[in-house]
Amino acid sequence: MTATPDLATPPEIGGIGHSVLRREDDRLIEGQGDFLDDVALPGMLHMAIHRSPVAHARIRGIDTEAASAVDGVVAVVTGELMAAHNLAWMPTLSGDTQAVLATDKVRYQGQEVAAVIATDPYVAADAAALIEVDYDMLPAVTGPQQSLSADAPLIRDEKEGQTDNLVYTWESGDAEATDAVFAEAAKVVTLETFYPRSHPAPLETCGIVADVNSVTGQATVYLTSQAPHAHRTLFALVAGLPEQNIRIISPDLGGGFGNKVPIYPGYVVATAASLLLGTPVKWIESRSDNLISTGFGRDYHMRGELALDAGGRILALRADVLSDQGAFYSDAQPSNFRAGLFHVVTGSYDFAAAHVTCRGAFTNKAPGGVAYRCSFRITEASYLIERLVQNAAYEIGMDPADFRLLNFIREDQFPYTTPTGFTYDSGDYHTALRKAMDEVGYTELRATQAAAREEGRLLGIGIAHFTEAVGAGPSRTYDIAGLKMFDSAELRVHPTGKAILKLGVKTQGQGHETTFAQIVASELGIPVTDIKVVHGDTDNTPYGLGTYASRSTPTSGAATSMVSRKLADKARKIAAHLLEAAEADIDLAAGVFSVRGTPERSVTIQDVAFAAYTNMPEGLEHGLEGVSYYDPPNLTFPYGSYIVVVEVDAETGVWKVDRMVALDDCGVRINPMIVEGQIHGGLTEGFAKSSMQWITFDDDGNCIGANFMDYLVPTAWETPRFELLETCVPSPHHPIGAKGVGESATVGSPAAYVNAVIDAVAHLGVRNIDMPVLADRVWDAIESAS
Amino acid sequence: MEVSVTINGTAQSHDVEARQLLVDFVRSTVGLTGTHIGCDTTSCGVCTVLLDGVPVKACTVLAAQADGHEVTTVEGLKADGELHAVQKAFKENHGLQCGFCTPAMMLVGAALLESNDDPTEDEIRWAISGNLCRCTGYMNIVKSIQAAAAEGRAQ
Repeated sequence: MTATPDLATPPEIGGIGHSVLRREDDRLIEGQGDFLDDVALPGMLHMAIHRSPVAHARIRGIDTEAASAVDGVVAVVTGELMAAHNLAWMPTLSGDTQAVLATDKVRYQGQEVAAVIATDPYVAADAAALIEVDYDMLPAVTGPQQSLSADAPLIRDEKEGQTDNLVYTWESGDAEATDAVFAEAAKVVTLETFYPRSHPAPLETCGIVADVNSVTGQATVYLTSQAPHAHRTLFALVAGLPEQNIRIISPDLGGGFGNKVPIYPGYVVATAASLLLGTPVKWIESRSDNLISTGFGRDYHMRGELALDAGGRILALRADVLSDQGAFYSDAQPSNFRAGLFHVVTGSYDFAAAHVTCRGAFTNKAPGGVAYRCSFRITEASYLIERLVQNAAYEIGMDPADFRLLNFIREDQFPYTTPTGFTYDSGDYHTALRKAMDEVGYTELRATQAAAREEGRLLGIGIAHFTEAVGAGPSRTYDIAGLKMFDSAELRVHPTGKAILKLGVKTQGQGHETTFAQIVASELGIPVTDIKVVHGDTDNTPYGLGTYASRSTPTSGAATSMVSRKLADKARKIAAHLLEAAEADIDLAAGVFSVRGTPERSVTIQDVAFAAYTNMPEGLEHGLEGVSYYDPPNLTFPYGSYIVVVEVDAETGVWKVDRMVALDDCGVRINPMIVEGQIHGGLTEGFAKSSMQWITFDDDGNCIGANFMDYLVPTAWETPRFELLETCVPSPHHPIGAKGVGESATVGSPAAYVNAVIDAVAHLGVRNIDMPVLADRVWDAIESAS
Repeated sequence: MEVSVTINGTAQSHDVEARQLLVDFVRSTVGLTGTHIGCDTTSCGVCTVLLDGVPVKACTVLAAQADGHEVTTVEGLKADGELHAVQKAFKENHGLQCGFCTPAMMLVGAALLESNDDPTEDEIRWAISGNLCRCTGYMNIVKSIQAAAAEGRAQ
């Protein structure tokens, strides 16, 4: 489906709406991808990190003698050395400070304590294991409730003015108005649920090759970075290096999912080591390094309440969150929003009052709080409201689908302003849910479920209708570490009509090299195969905030349209000159400029490109190139209706997905094949979190989930089959009507899976089973209910 | 120690540490970086290569164990300048996104098709169940291997 008829292109041009095969695949299927660990520079040294085995302890001493004596070891770096260069601590993305290498205490298991630089990675690892640290053990705090109790040990004793473990309090909405509605409500439905800690775990871990040239001062940093420009600026600010001398190259990324947004201590140590030693230094995380120390997601303890009238209309919502931040507050999210965009928790429903509060607490766990395949705490919000709504339906004896249809924001209410201040751009929720219900055969399924129950079989039907808030900026509202959120695209058309497009964002598998070329193909009519897309190299791309929060298409995609339109305006002038016609009479369609009324008088975009360098009209500069920085006027609000059918084995609690019907409305789809691929991936992430994938800790703060034997990621064998549907209500403010889709299914689907399991046992009185919905938890819930 | 391996049809001999893993031999010593590393516990499968035609996770095989054997990596899938049917199918069916698991997935797919030219969906899912993918949700990987199988049968 294309945005507007004038963006339609034939398949040989391959613009918006065509399932063009991906340009990036050619190198990847031949093993010619260029991933971080593939970077090898002359004289390159290798770094390994020594980590704390304990969660909370004071450091009495660090003995590096044995490590230093290993043949091949070039240097051993401790916090003391980093402190001498004012780099023992670094700022986080949320305005806190984080230890680079611990000097005073260790505050979580896996924290960075020392680093070894050696000629060989095996030697570096050997030597790192020989470092001896003398610890004075302190009690570990492993949960936010414990952390905020009066007798909890102070975790951040180095932080001036910090007298307890509270990180922040935050609220949104109107407490008084909400309380007043609750006081008058016919019914109040409450849900307490925990969204456990999870890890994005891209198959490629994080890493760096830092190459600081001591003669020129040039720092070339190869980095697994979802946001290379933001990282360049932060490197300049943290390390005090002149920004023009820093070049961040983010090569092919083996997935990101939010894990590659923050700056990690290992990056700082490797860069400092390269600076001090004058040689390139490589550091690649092991999988356990990755899982125990870098950007986790979620860890939200949530309580939600809905106030209902006697007819089942939602009147108000209250939500209260206790967030486990780990030892350092390093959420990757806009600075004015301590709970991210969690206040989108009012979801897809029309009601007037809401009040949302959130407290963050330090614990002796790894820091992170990244937006794991979601836009800043949207997943938690979507999960809470969709679980609450389902329970509310049970409590008033209404079908969960009917309850949603009764309470949805109507199509004629868009743009719709929520009680917490979002303005949803567009949508038609009723059509979406009804279409998904028709596909799954909802009415018949309810009958089948009732019949199955008679036979003692437990079938469950779970719905989630999510609304996301993605694509940040606008820059006046949203920033990361003070860097305003807009994004960019630079387009240059060469004399032969071929083009190069440079982006401020960075793909991690989303297919930007294809889809962004498709936008240019639609706008200018240059075939997609003639357009090269460059990204991830700060010396060769315009500034931008990077790829996460489903923001690439809403921001850099929009910039790509806008820069194409700038070029089209100039091209029209050149075409008018070539055709000896008035500029106002020139039409552009699919790469052909023609004179209105006499379409046989025409030139192609390729003719115009050649003329831009060889035959320019008087008064116009040569060349056909430009750059656009796009600051969106609003977020975009993709949505979807997901319906999951499960069967639960009453004897064992084991559940199996029979159907997963997913309808997504992400506005205009640039490349339907790629959109569907992203949805498949997101539905799998949702299944992972609802069924098996979580990181937990024992009472001493030992991380359970430190490798892929304990941190379970679904294989092809467990993963359900998906049935996809779509509707298309374009975003009214995006140049091509697109909304972003990369995270929709991860955001929307967990509640659908969990609601399905709950639905199978709801008649027994079960209202909550926390994720992951493990078989023993289901069995326990059935047993305690009966 | 001296390790001699035929990699993608070319005999290679290198003096390596006895403890060197096959994946590091392939990537660092021989310089074929299409084989990746994703975990330390034989769990994720992105390091899979074919050892005498059988998929093995090269992070848990010593280079020394491959001495005198044949190893096939993703770089060896193409023959006579022609992509392997599995490679073509992965592109045509959107069987990859970030591409990090892809070399291993294709090798496992190719090995499966050597012994079974018409696998069922369950047989494919079982065959690739030692290989994780975080991007695709596996549906298009299964579809790609099915397409390659159909292509193979048509020839």
